Amino acid sequence: MTNENLHSQDLGTSPDDVQFRFRDDEVADHGTVTVDACCDQTNATAVRIEPGDDARVLLPFLDRLALVEVNFPSFGDGRGYSAARILREAGYEGELRAVGDVLIDQLSHMRRCGFDAFAPDKPLDEDDARRAFEGFGNVYQSAADARESGRRTIAELRHE
Amino acid sequence: MNILTGNDLKTGEVVWWDGQNWSLSVHDAVDVGGMGEQILAAEEAARRVNVPYALVASRTEEGVRPAHIKDRVRALGPTVRRDLAVPTASKTGWDWVI
Amino acid sequence: MYQYDQYDQAMVDARVEEFRDQAQRRLDGKLTEDQFKPLRLMNGLYLQLHAYMLRVAIPYGTLNSRQMIALGDIADKYDRGYGHFTTRQNLQYNWIKLEDAADILADLSKVEMHAIQTSGNCIRNISSDHFAGAAHDELIDPRPYAELLRQWSSFHPEFTYLPRKFKIAVIAAETDRAAMRLHDIGIQIVKNDAGEVGASFYVGGGMGRTPMIAPQIREFVPLDQLVTYAEACLRVYNRYGRRDNKYKARIKILVHEMGAEEYTRQVEEEFAHLLEQGVEPPLAELERIKPFFADPAFEDGPKSIDRSDPDFALWVDRNTVRHKHDSYVSAVISLKPVGGIPGDATGDQMRLMAKLAKQYSFDELRVMHTQNIVLPHVRIADLHALWTELEAADLGAPNLDTIEDIIACPGLDYCALANARSIPLAQRISEKFAKNGRTEELGQLKLKISGCINACGHHHAGHIGILGVDKKGTENYQLSLGGSEAEDVSLAKITGPGFDEDGVIKAVETVTDVYLETREDGERFLDTYRRIGMTPFKEALYDK
Ligand code: HEM
Ligand code: SF4
Repeated sequence: MTNENLHSQDLGTSPDDVQFRFRDDEVADHGTVTVDACCDQTNATAVRIEPGDDARVLLPFLDRLALVEVNFPSFGDGRGYSAARILREAGYEGELRAVGDVLIDQLSHMRRCGFDAFAPDKPLDEDDARRAFEGFGNVYQSAADARESGRRTIAELRHE
Repeated sequence: MNILTGNDLKTGEVVWWDGQNWSLSVHDAVDVGGMGEQILAAEEAARRVNVPYALVASRTEEGVRPAHIKDRVRALGPTVRRDLAVPTASKTGWDWVI
Repeated sequence: MYQYDQYDQAMVDARVEEFRDQAQRRLDGKLTEDQFKPLRLMNGLYLQLHAYMLRVAIPYGTLNSRQMIALGDIADKYDRGYGHFTTRQNLQYNWIKLEDAADILADLSKVEMHAIQTSGNCIRNISSDHFAGAAHDELIDPRPYAELLRQWSSFHPEFTYLPRKFKIAVIAAETDRAAMRLHDIGIQIVKNDAGEVGASFYVGGGMGRTPMIAPQIREFVPLDQLVTYAEACLRVYNRYGRRDNKYKARIKILVHEMGAEEYTRQVEEEFAHLLEQGVEPPLAELERIKPFFADPAFEDGPKSIDRSDPDFALWVDRNTVRHKHDSYVSAVISLKPVGGIPGDATGDQMRLMAKLAKQYSFDELRVMHTQNIVLPHVRIADLHALWTELEAADLGAPNLDTIEDIIACPGLDYCALANARSIPLAQRISEKFAKNGRTEELGQLKLKISGCINACGHHHAGHIGILGVDKKGTENYQLSLGGSEAEDVSLAKITGPGFDEDGVIKAVETVTDVYLETREDGERFLDTYRRIGMTPFKEALYDK
């Protein structure tokens, strides 16, 4: 695929593919572009991060982005978790959507890293997913959920 | 001959394809000829076996003998715990493994 | 010893239920094996040569008698009456049913144990000095730091799908008893010039097919930034570690390819960023953990030993180690009976060791990376009584750090990845040297055997190392010399062409002969090798 094609093509998942969403704002149907294209294009509002992309190159553009998709071509490739946290740590507040090989048993970790929308390749069992999102209750580490909802870690709870 | 092996999904026990079912004894293994892939796919999908694979073996006086030492260890049990040997395979003796 | 509070317990209990659900979904066909495999591995469940294998974590190698009893009971109830202690201070059961796995985890959780993250591409069980809290030469007890890191690494949301497994060791003495620099991260607790306690970070060590010694990347990390620094090390690895080739995915390859300097630079940058994010647990948490590891109530007592029984005296000389309190020693229970299987213990032996720990060692036991068990705090006055009971249970082998104290991985007898068997070699070598009476004469000699290139048996770090390879479908063994996992860390070098089983045993004898003929006063095998080099050994092995 040439660079030009990449610029014009919408790479993203459609709002219909989003199975779980933890946001109140409306799901917009954006034209989603690659990280490279996003950096050259001044008007892109949605971008898709592939595992090899450096999420930090997006930091100058966070203000104009409303949707960041992070692709998990295979669930065993965990780079997307770091990408998500890096964006949240930089203050990104738009939609952060996990797409691709997103399975039940990764949901709670993804949520903790700042993902608030999920578009799995294959729709997930709703009950299994609900249980997964409820997770373990308390957590040892401070991650994106500490920022988002003020979630306190076990160590903090112990020393209140 | 081409034979099939795998582990039982629930118990993890080493099993061998006897033509109808999965047996605990390597000596029940049958030659599947060129049908290996097909049987493996169907049996795995039906969860009658876990992580199955095909291997080459030969029929000897002592029974079916897998070509690779790893599969012979699987067939009999750890050589260092002969007290735990798979009972139905013990007719071969331990020299058979090495 | 650390005790769970309601939070720790709730985490482990929740995990048991989660796994019960996952295993059920697998049995029901909702999960394929490909999807289930990483989940079961995250709970220590492998599919091995003969059955499922369960690896139980023993955090920093410390356990109490209740836990050891539970391990023995599980061996009897769900397995075939024994378990295998490993070089990473874990315990493995070899004959587990998937149907039982969740019940076993539930039994473990009742005694504050689990199998979480003992496998898979995540942060594994954190290992430490087996004499922690007892050693006469340690700065402080390293285990509170290991516990802090255990909590941080448990269910870490960002680091559960790393490029590859990740192993951390923490020590706090100049003497390295945990192979610290052969870990993905090795941490040494140190004091700086100002007298403050902090952590030295060594990153990118490992064994496997490309063994590497970890370079130091930071001399001193203040204690209230320990977790943050570790997080920075991991994040750089998670983002840039190779994922295209499983054999190049360990952090050692990243550090090597990027260069330690560049890796360090990136870690420092990430560290500076993360410091602002407030990921560090409050220092009060470390203070909460510390008292769990406070000294037990040591009492002054006799310091001298009645050596009139020569067998007992030999065991004392070989298997007991100086303690920080002069009325005590640390006593090593050898799991290397001559001709036995290194690291295996039966359920009965586990329960007996538990009883002895309760009676003689303030209820504490340790697992050594050399696959032995330590009673860390034994009164000198109690040694004879302890030894008598050990002897009766076939646990009194007087061979710590000798050629009989062989590390051996499970090898082809149990392991699906193996090329050759390891255990029978260990059995035959220990029998041979016990019989020819050379064990004593040879002194400290660390022999380590792996059944394949993955190096679970630490062969790269053996004074003598043996590696099983496949030679056209038959077992073959490569010999290597000059490795060390200790503070004088080095990697062993291969002597030359490999040998068959009988040949390699003879080769071990040959190299020990060279040593005995050429050693100078007080030299260990390793020292002689370092002085004279490979050539004389090679000549003796191959020029005939
Ligand atoms: C029987 C099942 C086992 C399997 C399938 C297994 C698998 C592996 C593999 C694949 C590696 C290489 C990792 C790499 O280089 O990336 C490895 C390394 C290692 N394993 Fe095992 N192992 C097993 C048992 C054990 C046991 C019983 C021990 C302890 C005695 C152990 C301790 C280690 C150690 C210390 C390493 C080297 C760590 C390093 O490369 O830094 N493993 N194992
Ligand atoms: S070194 Fe190889 S044979 Fe030995 S346990 Fe590890 S993977 Fe198995």
